[in-house]
Amino acid sequence: MRRATHLLIGLLGLCLPWTAAADGAAVAEGQCAACHALTATEQGEAATLVRAERQAPPLHYAGDKYRAEWLEAWLQAPARIRPAGYFPPAHAQHHADGDRVDPASLPEHPALASGEARAVTGFLMTLRAADGLVDPEAYEPGSVALRMGMLDFRKFKGCNACHQDAPDEGGVSGPEVYTAWQRLQPAFIFSYVKNPTAWDPGSMMPVPDMNDAAVAKLVNYLKVIGEPQP
Amino acid sequence: MSNRIIILFLLAVAGTCAADEGSLLYRVYCTQCHGIEGDGNGINAPHMAVQPRDHTDPSEMATRTDEDLFKVIKHGGKAINKSVLMPAWGGNLSDEQIHALVAHLRDLCCQDAAQAAR
Repeated sequence: MRRATHLLIGLLGLCLPWTAAADGAAVAEGQCAACHALTATEQGEAATLVRAERQAPPLHYAGDKYRAEWLEAWLQAPARIRPAGYFPPAHAQHHADGDRVDPASLPEHPALASGEARAVTGFLMTLRAADGLVDPEAYEPGSVALRMGMLDFRKFKGCNACHQDAPDEGGVSGPEVYTAWQRLQPAFIFSYVKNPTAWDPGSMMPVPDMNDAAVAKLVNYLKVIGEPQP
Repeated sequence: MSNRIIILFLLAVAGTCAADEGSLLYRVYCTQCHGIEGDGNGINAPHMAVQPRDHTDPSEMATRTDEDLFKVIKHGGKAINKSVLMPAWGGNLSDEQIHALVAHLRDLCCQDAAQAAR
């Protein structure tokens, strides 16, 4: 009898992760798919046009992209990462003294309860359609002096035209990058910076003319500004 | 005679399609910095050390040939000794798409002048 009980508990244990992933899939299909592409097919071939109509980042490679612990926490308390939304031209308004983002046009991301967030994260981390783009050995996290990294990011590479590397410092059309290290897997950051259109043919991030060392220097800067300071 | 009309019609359609593509590409890739109206006042402009070019100013745009515009879009500001804040789009856009953008830039800056001359 005791052996049978242990067997039953063991079987339940084996099933639990599958159940959580299945629930997560149902929630993702019900709540996420309206704005996010969950498959490469949904992302679409006509990338430029699709980008203009898309409301949120594609998730079919979420497991290659996000840090699970960050994703689970963010889904429970979502905070805006892209000051001008996912497709900034849809949220910009013309004014005589310059274009401005219309805050009322920016959608709020729904918050999930902790159980749902865990289940959805479990499911999203199984979506790894871009495994082939990630080379875990291509980037070895290193360090760079804060001032040199900032000079490189802002002055030499011009990344701050679109990205903020500190709150309210930098352009608003791209996602903030001072939280990138907390949000994203290092191998993804390296791969995406090196070739954004390989991940997303409609990416609005320019493909840089940089060697691996130059890309690594930028990623190291994101690490320096993204990690808690001692 | 009828063949000539068909050819002129097809050329007009092709021209319209190129203009539409240029306009769409401009909206997706350029307006963040150069502005919805192309006046150099995009949402990123207040955060930039160098003011993006005003594409609606004929005098500013007259200093650049179509070849210059193609080069700066494809290879970035550095290619013509201008700001690195203008990125190179050659890895994102085909040459045909860049030509469509150049044509759209000429529309933005010189449409009024062209209409007045007609």
